[in-house]
Amino acid sequence: MTSLTVIFTGLLYFATIILIVGIAYRIYEYSRTPAPLVIPTTPAPTSNSGVAMRMAREVVLFESLFKSNKWIWLFGWLFHVGLALVLMRHIRYFQEPVWFWVEFIQPFGKYASFMMVAGLAGLWARRFLVDRVRYISTPSDHLMLALLLAIGISGALMTFVAHTDIVALKAFALGLVVFDFHPVPEDPLLLIHLGLVALLMIIFPISKLLHAPGIFFSPTRNQKDDPRTTRHIAPWAAAMERDKA
Amino acid sequence: MAVAEFEVPTLTEYTVVPKINPGAMANIKSFVSPQGPQEYLGYPWVLGDDWKERAIDKMGDLLSKYRSLRVFMDACVHCGACTDKCHYFLGTADPNNMPVARQDLMRKVYRRYFTLPGKIAPWLVGAEDLTEDTLNQWYTYYHQCSECRRCSVYCPYGIDTAEVTMAGREILNHVGMGQKYSNEILVKVQKIGNNLGLPGPALEDTLLGLEEDIEADTGVAVKMPLDVEGAEIMLVTPSADFFSEPHVESLIGYAKVFHAAGVSWTLSSKASEAGNFGLFNGSYETMQKVAMRIRDAALELGCKRIIVGECGHAWRVAYSFWNTLTGVGYGGNDPFSKKLQDQLDHRYPQPMHICEYTWDLIQNDVLKFDKSLNDGRVITFHDSCNVARGSRMGDEPGGQFIIPRNIIKAVANNFHDMSADTIGEGTFCCGGGGGLLTDDLIEVRVKGALPRMNAYNSVVQGNQVNFLALICAICKAQFTKVFPYYGFDRGQVGGVHQLVSTAIKLD
Repeated sequence: MTSLTVIFTGLLYFATIILIVGIAYRIYEYSRTPAPLVIPTTPAPTSNSGVAMRMAREVVLFESLFKSNKWIWLFGWLFHVGLALVLMRHIRYFQEPVWFWVEFIQPFGKYASFMMVAGLAGLWARRFLVDRVRYISTPSDHLMLALLLAIGISGALMTFVAHTDIVALKAFALGLVVFDFHPVPEDPLLLIHLGLVALLMIIFPISKLLHAPGIFFSPTRNQKDDPRTTRHIAPWAAAMERDKA
Repeated sequence: MAVAEFEVPTLTEYTVVPKINPGAMANIKSFVSPQGPQEYLGYPWVLGDDWKERAIDKMGDLLSKYRSLRVFMDACVHCGACTDKCHYFLGTADPNNMPVARQDLMRKVYRRYFTLPGKIAPWLVGAEDLTEDTLNQWYTYYHQCSECRRCSVYCPYGIDTAEVTMAGREILNHVGMGQKYSNEILVKVQKIGNNLGLPGPALEDTLLGLEEDIEADTGVAVKMPLDVEGAEIMLVTPSADFFSEPHVESLIGYAKVFHAAGVSWTLSSKASEAGNFGLFNGSYETMQKVAMRIRDAALELGCKRIIVGECGHAWRVAYSFWNTLTGVGYGGNDPFSKKLQDQLDHRYPQPMHICEYTWDLIQNDVLKFDKSLNDGRVITFHDSCNVARGSRMGDEPGGQFIIPRNIIKAVANNFHDMSADTIGEGTFCCGGGGGLLTDDLIEVRVKGALPRMNAYNSVVQGNQVNFLALICAICKAQFTKVFPYYGFDRGQVGGVHQLVSTAIKLD
């Protein structure tokens, strides 16, 4: 194995472990932190199925964002849906044979990279053009968009312009899954793409990308409106009550 | 300190999103709480040498106790969806009044002390050390937020700036920078029984006077009972209802409704305040202490039902938190909850809003009205923020929008809603909620009222509206104060039960 292969194999395993352990830890932290008061933003659903529907509308359609600002919604939704399709398409590199539905979305997944890039470009433009958004943007906000855009563009270039050796790539990727290591193709574009993806995975659990698990734990969206019929009490509040009694 | 002169914004057909004007409101600082209230509430009153540790410790404590704060500190992506949603930003153009920027005042400190990137590369992620300047910024801008939650409607992750403001104020209290207005009220309500500091005998006198007024006016002996043991209903209402105008007109309305329904009811001198400024401070314990008076009064008087008068934040606390804090409600299986539940009448929701009560009676044809008596009024309704986004009325989500309007339409002939994006869940705050209803913040209040004033002006111009109906004591006091700044007559401000009072037929 070349040292390049060793480096990339190690990097991708490292990034995967950080991503999974990091997000699992965050989810553990969020779920362990109590929500002492009932604070759904009302009108709110009164049943669990209603809450599930509200959450689904938020996660799939970005309902609140749609109410808020049609431009951010358009760019944000294009980017996220594009990214989702692209990610699903990438499953093909990690399995043999390839699932039917992954085959099916292959053409959509290819062109979804344009959605992704267009959405990101729109979101980035707002950071320069809208004075309010410019004011709140930090260097990391810009770098995050640059990172995602670089991943999207390098990927799209390999799909549409300078094809990489897809057979060798699949051998490498599949090898990571089954621990039968193959050399990483020495295509600079591919190496940039993989390196940036690994970077993204590593910073995920310590960055604003935590909005992805975060939304599921947001009390204003995941709580039921039932405080008159159910007594909610956090463990620390119950302990306080016992101490007093 | 004399209140500085300031420019009152000009009314426009629609509220225009302003270009940001950094620092526009940086010099506003409401009076800091002196020793008395701080000591009573268990907080220091000067910044000690250890203020920084105390602040960071308190932040860590709150992060471990409140999932809202924990998640909201991490989840924001700076998308900008909330930037044009706050009435204080729209009215002042100060970018720190954009919800995300207000949150970031705390988030930059959170990142510095509680996150890895903020510890190793603060410049990259906008993390900053906690300094006295930061603390002063917190004090300034966490007292330019009315905790109205409008931003939380529009945030893709439901981030609620009210939770951040509450945490900010709680930390400020713990380092000795409480707000005079709110903390003095929190002392009065606990020492005397209500926010206005009206002692029992004065309350009794006031109620007797009101009974005489009603009888002189209508010829009917409508009673306002106080501390009657065994009464079926205990009414808990904001103390402003006892002697502020126009609040008292609604109190008269409730009394007439109870009279017409023929029920036994009572006010309580112990629970002579529905309001609970503990909410504004973000202190669970203070909020619980203040709310316990209602439970205690209910147990002492032996009432079967607890009804809450027209007060926005009080209704949020009552509807959403009373069950948790004090066991007023159903579903608790512990002895503490059961004790009160056994006493309450399970045919009715507890607590109940006075509008739910009146609307039920209207639907059951118990109340009779002469709607023409309200014909001099062309009415619009302002959804109060805490009722709209922090509570409910009736059985269905959104009942808090429908029921008050239904009451108005049942007692009056002329009703026009304001523009759809300024009512319902998107309603604009009056500008004086959340502990800002003090003269030392008058500039914030007047400017923050702009979006509501624009919407009101539109229906005044377009539909000859001349009455703004409210179900919140703070809204009533705030609009009475700021209407003249915008050229409106303060007599146009009133309560929903004031309209009921005008039209109801008594025998």
